[in-house]
Amino acid sequence: MAVATLDGETDFDGWRKAARAFRLAGVEPAAARFVVAGAVEQGGLFDQPIAEEASPTPDDRRAFNVPKEFVDLAQNLILHRSADRFDLMYRLLWRLKDEPDLIKVISDRDVADALERVKNVSRASHKMKAFVRFRQVHDDLGEAWVAWFEPPHRVLEKTAPFFQRRFTTMRWSILTPDGSAFWDGETLRFGPPATRDMAPAEDEIEDFWKTYYASTFNPARLKVKTMQGEMAKSYWKNLPEAALIPELVAASSVRTETMVATPSPQPNPRFARAVAPDLHLARPDAEAVPENLDDVAVGVQACRRCPLYRDATQGVCGEGPKSARLMIVGEQPGDQEDLAGRTFIGPAGQVLNAALAEAGIDRSDVYVTNAVKHFKHEPRGKRRLHKTPNAGEVQACRWWLDSERRLIKPQVVLALGATAGLALLGRKPAVMQERGAPIDLSDGSTAVLTVHPSYLLRLPDEAAKSEARRLFIEDLAAVQRRMR
Amino acid sequence: MARLDLRRKLSVLADAAKYDASCSSSGTSKRNSVGGKGIGSTEGMGICHAYTPDGRCISLLKILLTNFCIYDCAYCINRVSSNVERARFDVDEVVDLTLNFYKRNYIEGLFLSSGIIRSGDYTMEQLVLVAKTLREVHDFRGYIHLKLIPEADPKLVEMAGLYADRLSANIELPRDEALARLAPQKDVGVIKKAMSQVRLGVEAAKPAKREKIKPPKFAPGGQSTQLIIGADGAPDTEILDRSASLYGGYGLRRVYYSAFSPIPDSSSILPLSKPPLMREHRLYQADWLMRFYGFSAPEIGEGASNGMLDLAVDPKLAWALNKREQFPVDVNRAPREMLLRVPGLGVKAVDRIVSGRRYRTLRLEDVGRLTRSVAKIRPFITALDWTPGGLTDAADLKARVTSRTPEQLSLF
Repeated sequence: MAVATLDGETDFDGWRKAARAFRLAGVEPAAARFVVAGAVEQGGLFDQPIAEEASPTPDDRRAFNVPKEFVDLAQNLILHRSADRFDLMYRLLWRLKDEPDLIKVISDRDVADALERVKNVSRASHKMKAFVRFRQVHDDLGEAWVAWFEPPHRVLEKTAPFFQRRFTTMRWSILTPDGSAFWDGETLRFGPPATRDMAPAEDEIEDFWKTYYASTFNPARLKVKTMQGEMAKSYWKNLPEAALIPELVAASSVRTETMVATPSPQPNPRFARAVAPDLHLARPDAEAVPENLDDVAVGVQACRRCPLYRDATQGVCGEGPKSARLMIVGEQPGDQEDLAGRTFIGPAGQVLNAALAEAGIDRSDVYVTNAVKHFKHEPRGKRRLHKTPNAGEVQACRWWLDSERRLIKPQVVLALGATAGLALLGRKPAVMQERGAPIDLSDGSTAVLTVHPSYLLRLPDEAAKSEARRLFIEDLAAVQRRMR
Repeated sequence: MARLDLRRKLSVLADAAKYDASCSSSGTSKRNSVGGKGIGSTEGMGICHAYTPDGRCISLLKILLTNFCIYDCAYCINRVSSNVERARFDVDEVVDLTLNFYKRNYIEGLFLSSGIIRSGDYTMEQLVLVAKTLREVHDFRGYIHLKLIPEADPKLVEMAGLYADRLSANIELPRDEALARLAPQKDVGVIKKAMSQVRLGVEAAKPAKREKIKPPKFAPGGQSTQLIIGADGAPDTEILDRSASLYGGYGLRRVYYSAFSPIPDSSSILPLSKPPLMREHRLYQADWLMRFYGFSAPEIGEGASNGMLDLAVDPKLAWALNKREQFPVDVNRAPREMLLRVPGLGVKAVDRIVSGRRYRTLRLEDVGRLTRSVAKIRPFITALDWTPGGLTDAADLKARVTSRTPEQLSLF
């Protein structure tokens, strides 16, 4: 039996050195033993220290490599409180020579065992971050903070840097039965094991904390098992608030019963005058015929003529001068328009703006609106996919488009795409055949059809795209000429 | 005596805030107090510092600035017509409590909400002032979650985004009609507009490629909302549709579901029904499926009956029982997306299977090492030494994989 003595329970460097020597000397896992100096456990009858000559020469060292995953795993595994962890670590190391990918073989018994223990260690570290409770003390240098904590695994040194990052400007110590950590604002030091009486027994703020803990608990939803699953009883003795648990649990059913049994009281008369006005009584009537563009804007927000309002953020009305001679009608607001409440500001809007400029049309002279005022879409993960409005939705929204046309009285109405055409003409036009040709409308204005700018965005082929863009600008320019 | 008063206030204003389900402190930018003048850190993963007997975690100091409120929302204990005890914190009192709790490692930060007093603008200003004082005067680098007052001036929302890690506005009721009826002074359109402002703010704070000057941070922890379950008759599928719409529309990090819970001094227009805690749990599971498992809301709806999720089995199992033709799945060959649909296999287990099978062909025993119980998984997978045979299509499969009898958690 080959024996290596480690300086402490978490002496990873010592273990690594010894394990490397064992491995190179061909000491099989069953014959290797790691003991901690000063530990209660005594050596076996046949133990013998590892022979000096088995120590690796620098050449051997180069020939012996392990994957980084193993080192990470072993560094955490050594923090586990189980006595046989050194043997498991060595067994894995031993096998790595013939099975270099071993650590990735999650189905392997040893690997699964190691991963499970590492999970316990990392949970213990996480719970230490959560359940350490500092108490304030005063000394010659001013205030300082001391905590007593009993981690289920030896995670003090692993976890202390977290507290250093979080409480850099505080002087603190964490005392545990395995050792202590001290931060003075500049250096992190580790010291010997401590006992509970070395930490302060109380803190004046603790009563506030307990008050908070008791008040934030809802007695109508008792779930004691869930609580214990996350905050194991072994931690309770060092959590000041845990002392309240039995009482809170015991009183919960009575509190809930009293609450439910108490009849609904009369409203508090003291606050009767403070009540905010009822928004829904003041809501504008969406059926009233709009007398100006402001009425349209307000009415669209309250519109329930079709169900599209439900998943949209807001209705998006047209924008532009009341005296505009050109009105451009798109299909419906898109994602960006829905969020910002403004029309044609997204990608299709960029295309439209550029094309208008090229055709010599100033957008600020144009009233730009949509056939449908609410964004129709379908959620797809974290995005919203545009969906074309159906004839019923277009019909329902004509109330608003017609109002806009009646109030603006444009000379020419340019419809972008089939949906806009449908809203204007009452029939679904064949845009490609009918584009550019003037169509007389009943109110004396002229409708002109062209494609929707988003059509240009969708064309995959660059040549087709630039040709389509040229035609689009041509349509706009023709409209511009018509208005002169 | 002043101290006693403060404790009483804390008790009233923590009690008043406990119906907000959110407690998360994760997902914000990483930072710590090294090199600073104050304290605090956030490292990506939030920490739950304690659990109360209702099974909920305490991560943040969750309080109201005041529980005075001029609104009269029927489901809310703080509505103006309620006889609940009222209190109001000063800005400095909240700041001191937060710092004192934080230094003792009780909390990850502050979640501050408020009843509406005077006006939306005034209330929002006070909330922002607390966050500003913590950040600018005390260089506090812990987590701050501010509740938005949706009707407040967009400029205040912008300021809130500069100081807070997370912002939230509660939709509260899945059905708009119900909100109009139960919360007459609230308007779902105003709430959604506030949410869209946050989404636009978060997007504007992401620097474009090749841009050298970083825009200022805006709510790096994103935004969340809450839906109250069981107060307005909306079925689960409608609730999930609404969540999907909110996730897609406003880039929400989380939608919280809060089973309508009887409140003291409750309004007579609300029925005092059993809080459907299991229903809330199923909705959380379904929400999880949407966020991490690639399920869409309508797909989850396929496993529901009459719009309600099965209380006896989790929604993934319900879906799988309904979609037997998709199973069994070969753990050694199936794509990751399909493994994620196997009941009982979580994201971590799937990742380990995908990585592990490159080195070994997996047996049933190997899969068993990755999960709590292989019994639930067996009918849905094949492995090197395992095929479920007729088990996948067995008529009594549901009974076989659910060992316990379904039970609504009883409270009364």
